[in-house]
Amino acid sequence: MNWLTEPFRHEFMQRALFGCALIGFTNGVLSSFIVLRRFALMADAMAHSLLPGVALALIIFGLSPGSLFLGALIAALLVAIGVQVIAGSTRIKEDTALGLLFACSFSLGLVLLSFSPAQVNVSHYLFGNILGLSDSDLWIIYLISFIVLPLLVAFQRPLLLLMFEPSIAASQGIHVRLLNYMLVGLIVLSMISSLQAVGVVLVLGMLIGPAATVYLCSDSFPAMFWGGGIIGMLGSCLGLFLSYWLNLPSGACIVLVLGLIFFAAYIFSPKYGVIEKLLHRRHRHEESLARWKGKL
Amino acid sequence: MSQVSSHRLEIKDLTVAYHRVPAVHHVNMELHCGHCVGLLGPNGAGKSSLFKALVGLVPKETGTVAFGGHGKEGADRDIAYLPQRSMIDWDFPITVRGLVEMGRYMRLGSWKRFGKDDAEAVDQALANMDLCDLADRQISALSGGQQQRAFLARALAQKAHVFLLDEPFTGLDKPAQDLLSQTIRKLASAGNLVIASHHDLKSVPDLFDQVIFLNGELIAFGPTGEIFTQQNISRTFQTPIFSGEHAGAVEPHKI
Repeated sequence: MNWLTEPFRHEFMQRALFGCALIGFTNGVLSSFIVLRRFALMADAMAHSLLPGVALALIIFGLSPGSLFLGALIAALLVAIGVQVIAGSTRIKEDTALGLLFACSFSLGLVLLSFSPAQVNVSHYLFGNILGLSDSDLWIIYLISFIVLPLLVAFQRPLLLLMFEPSIAASQGIHVRLLNYMLVGLIVLSMISSLQAVGVVLVLGMLIGPAATVYLCSDSFPAMFWGGGIIGMLGSCLGLFLSYWLNLPSGACIVLVLGLIFFAAYIFSPKYGVIEKLLHRRHRHEESLARWKGKL
Repeated sequence: MSQVSSHRLEIKDLTVAYHRVPAVHHVNMELHCGHCVGLLGPNGAGKSSLFKALVGLVPKETGTVAFGGHGKEGADRDIAYLPQRSMIDWDFPITVRGLVEMGRYMRLGSWKRFGKDDAEAVDQALANMDLCDLADRQISALSGGQQQRAFLARALAQKAHVFLLDEPFTGLDKPAQDLLSQTIRKLASAGNLVIASHHDLKSVPDLFDQVIFLNGELIAFGPTGEIFTQQNISRTFQTPIFSGEHAGAVEPHKI
């Protein structure tokens, strides 16, 4: 059993595991909102657009987690506002503006990173480096989780109304626009906390995979909410261990494990899986027979 | 008359505009609870805009809306809005009971527990709409008529008195249409006001006891027997819509 306990002897592994569990859970819970509100594409764009902020912060302030956090936040805000301005003032639609700005922003980030101090490894910010979590990184992760999770729980009902049908929600007196801003804000915060662990390219896997998995297995929103969190947490930790044992990149392992869990659900889910669909084709002889008998 | 008639929806001088282009002009109406009202008019006549203004989804350019003597500014629980079925994501992970429970959410706020009163209101709404057997089904596993009834049950659980239905009969077959029509009559006779926008003019006399003819402005409103005349129909459907993109495009509707 040595191989199982061995990783825990290293302090960097304990840190990584703790960070991983928390990020996995927070992102997993958030993922149910992203899947149901159909924000997947937007989340991807937002994640990429964090990069120039991070790069600028690195150039100006060097490697300090606080400034990286601030830089990422400002970059995300600028892109979000830019999208609204372009979409609002021209005939360009939101998705076009978002796609364009995110590609430009990401490119700007890459260019800026090449000017950054020599000891910085670009790939850490693209694909994450969870084994390098510092104390202040962990503090940022705590802090963000303790903002995001309580807010999501507190606003669960109005958010559910919003996600189901915004116009009915508004007719019931919900401030749809404010609630939307809050949701986007929480997504950005959560991304920033995942920056160190999985990077801007891979974070999307954590922000979609868990809820997409539960979506194939259940018709209950609370199951998606909490189940997403649990799958996110367990999947992330498992991915971390695999990366340790097999000596592979951690961010990629985490996302691959979440992806494998999703494909398992896609094939084997007793509710909406492929096998279930093939076994029980939509032709419902028994039901229709019962109906006919009822009529006679 | 009974207390039913004391509840009325008063619309005074209501104008709705999008980007300064008016969709509904200076509408004045007084509707009483206990009626099934058909809202008729060609595409672009402002039927949806009228509904949306009544529940505060779009701002009112001018005018006021009052129900039961209270002024209504924006969204209100007395008025329930049911959008077209095509607007809904039927794959949403929710059961019929969950959908009806949503009607209680705004009363509960964020922290209050879902109490006995709430559960009773939900059960009653389900029973009223004849959905008890289907309560645990996911909403996509319902027929079109059942889906409409599920949303009506949600509005009932909300304790709404005015039901605004956007094209509820679209896409329903004859038996489902008959059942839905019985259901909304039942709602009306229980003292509610039901207003439904509607396209199929042939079925109007069977479905509604009052009709509203709308084409940007109010053309006629009153009991079906008096108002639903060939003259009003041609006035509504053959006058050009005089604002917005369609201005000037005369397209006589076939009946």
